[in-house]
Amino acid sequence: MALLQISEPGKSAAPHQHRLAVGIDLGTTNSLVATVRSGLAVVLSDEEGHALLPSVVRYLPGGNVTVGLSAQAQQSGDPQNTLVSVKRFMGRGVHDIADIGLYPYRFVDAPGMVQLNTAGGIKNPVEISAEILRALKIRAEKSLNGELAGAVITVPAYFDEAQRQATKDAATLAGINVLRLLNEPTAAAIAYGLDNAAEGVFVIYDLGGGTFDVSVLRLSRGVFEVLATNGDSALGGDDFDRRVFCWMLEKAQLPPVGPEDTRLLLTKAREAKEQLSTRSEAHITGVLSGGDVINLTLDNATFTELTQHLVGKTLAPTRKALRDAGIAIEDVQGVVMVGGATRIPQIQRAVAEFFKQEPLNNLDPDKVVALGAAIQANVLVGNKDETDLLLLDVIPLSLGLETMGGLTEKIIARNSTIPVARAQEFTTFKDGQTAMSIHVAQGERELVSDCRSLARFELRGIPPMAAGAARVRVTFQVDADGLLSVSAREQTSGVEAHVTVKPSYGLGDDEIAAMLQSSFSHAAEDREARALREAQVEADQLLATIRAALEQDGDALLDAAERDALESSMTALQSALASAERDAITHAASALNRASETFAARRMDASIARALTGRKIDDLKV
Amino acid sequence: MASEFPQNHFDLFRLPVRFALDRAALDQNYRALQGEVHPDRYATATSAERLRSAQMAALVNEAYQTLKSPVDRARYLLHLNGVDTQEETNTAMPADFLMRQMEWRETVEDARAAADIAALEKALDDLKREAAEFETQLHTALDEKNDHARAADLVRKLRFLDKVRDETELAIETLET
Repeated sequence: MALLQISEPGKSAAPHQHRLAVGIDLGTTNSLVATVRSGLAVVLSDEEGHALLPSVVRYLPGGNVTVGLSAQAQQSGDPQNTLVSVKRFMGRGVHDIADIGLYPYRFVDAPGMVQLNTAGGIKNPVEISAEILRALKIRAEKSLNGELAGAVITVPAYFDEAQRQATKDAATLAGINVLRLLNEPTAAAIAYGLDNAAEGVFVIYDLGGGTFDVSVLRLSRGVFEVLATNGDSALGGDDFDRRVFCWMLEKAQLPPVGPEDTRLLLTKAREAKEQLSTRSEAHITGVLSGGDVINLTLDNATFTELTQHLVGKTLAPTRKALRDAGIAIEDVQGVVMVGGATRIPQIQRAVAEFFKQEPLNNLDPDKVVALGAAIQANVLVGNKDETDLLLLDVIPLSLGLETMGGLTEKIIARNSTIPVARAQEFTTFKDGQTAMSIHVAQGERELVSDCRSLARFELRGIPPMAAGAARVRVTFQVDADGLLSVSAREQTSGVEAHVTVKPSYGLGDDEIAAMLQSSFSHAAEDREARALREAQVEADQLLATIRAALEQDGDALLDAAERDALESSMTALQSALASAERDAITHAASALNRASETFAARRMDASIARALTGRKIDDLKV
Repeated sequence: MASEFPQNHFDLFRLPVRFALDRAALDQNYRALQGEVHPDRYATATSAERLRSAQMAALVNEAYQTLKSPVDRARYLLHLNGVDTQEETNTAMPADFLMRQMEWRETVEDARAAADIAALEKALDDLKREAAEFETQLHTALDEKNDHARAADLVRKLRFLDKVRDETELAIETLET
């Protein structure tokens, strides 16, 4: 409702009303939900006081689902129906998962995103993640005693288009209004920066359960500007567990083990890793399903040796990020450690050595991302005078098109600040060519086959012309969530094609709709009633916003006729609201939206002029 | 009521139309503008407003990136003056510059073959210094002598250096992974 959120300090743009908003860290190992209460960001715990929700979903026969600790407790007993680390499968196909043999799951061999066969039926990672998000939503609504207006969901900064889209789809499926997808290291920087009044260049080193991100940010008076980001979306604490798991198999001379024993040994490996953060050795004991007893001792030196190359794998992206940011190691003010895996002592040592300074560990590495997301959610939903926080984030990977010879032509370079829009012109290469196929890809490599294919579409109906005469302008737009849409237009004839990129491994809108339908009927929720309620809430907000905007700027920016037209659209929406008919309400609301476009544009122009004149121009010449 | 949206990137940031740049003023005005138009200010807005905010924010980003980079800024200034820098078509270069080019490429190639990251990093530093020299000359050509032909020539040379820099960075990345 932005018409309205532009306001001078001291003036309230929209009617003052506290909206419930949360930040959600959807993690590989654990997930959290946080909110801002009385000006303070806090993590919301469950009724037993647990802040972390293990990202574990168990499907039982008959359609029952358990999430969290109770599911986790069953993971060794029922490994094929108890799904952990599903974040690693988001937006990925079966052949993308390098170590697929190490998972005790029943993968379904089908094109598109990975699917898993469970006691509850065939499930994809979006549906499984939605169960985790739904559990957090319920926790938050109970704890805050009301319905959520929206949520900021965090994603690894190095997540690509397919992974981001899958995350957003999961939230939609869970019935969450996504205010923004926020990069995890940026969320951590907000929490850290605001807490410590930090100024200067900071590096966020974020090693989670399954993903690694490194971001270089400049912090300056409430502006968080990401200079560069890099990472590895398939590297995390899980990989350390797997190294230990493989060592255990070798040491104990075990034959290949079944799913139950795999899960048991992976759990033992994780426990050993965690013990080694505070002790010099860890004892691993357990009884396998066949009666074999394992009894091993893992010392710190061996663990360090086993996982040395994993630590090294985090330093290459770190160098790249610094180089892209144009920042020398000496210019780095501080290195903030995020993610549970940064508790591993050798990671701490490697980072300290690399940056020639001790990393900052004064925040809980498990909670800082959710806290930062909560702060951002509170601002986005309009609870706070937002002028004191601004995030300028970037896209992690270049976006481009396939050109002749299977090469990639980059349209938007990695580390471009979002939102960003860029266009490039292409032409036909054959006489009389009437269609052009457009293949969108993401990645840094020269050959399109080495990049991730995002979408293919065709621009048809180009009038026949000589080769090279057509001028096809392809426009890439990346929004503030880091999501891409692409359009193509032949300039001389005006023929157009537009796609919102649904990555090849993404789910179609109809698939999402089908999943939504089944989840609603499952929860026995009245879909129609819910839709009506949502339409009413939106219409109320729209009216309130426009009323406030009119009060503030109506006289200055609209003439009498324009104002009358706008007000009659408002009256129309009010009568539609009284009718309690959903279609009538949505129609009247979109009519009012259209009617307010000019007013919105003028308000934005006025705010731009205000930003650089008056109160601020004096600051500029210091 | 006419839109007050500025005519060119310099006006957008209230900066004089010239090559010499007050970087602090650019940064400060960039942040002030994003503070008004960024989609985070419009997260719960109507769809029309969100769309406009995204367009404006993208435009402000584009303008900022263009002015921040010396070679992009010079190209843009020339474009405002109706001069095409002909970077794709005009590849004629003086013999001494072509010689320099070959030397750069050889240095990078040798360092790559020897897997000598330190030598590649040094090459990057040297390239940066060379580019800075051209940028000083751009300032003279554009702001003092109004010599567009000379400026376009310098933009083409800087473009060459950019390509060598990209190759050098790629070589470093490949060696590091």
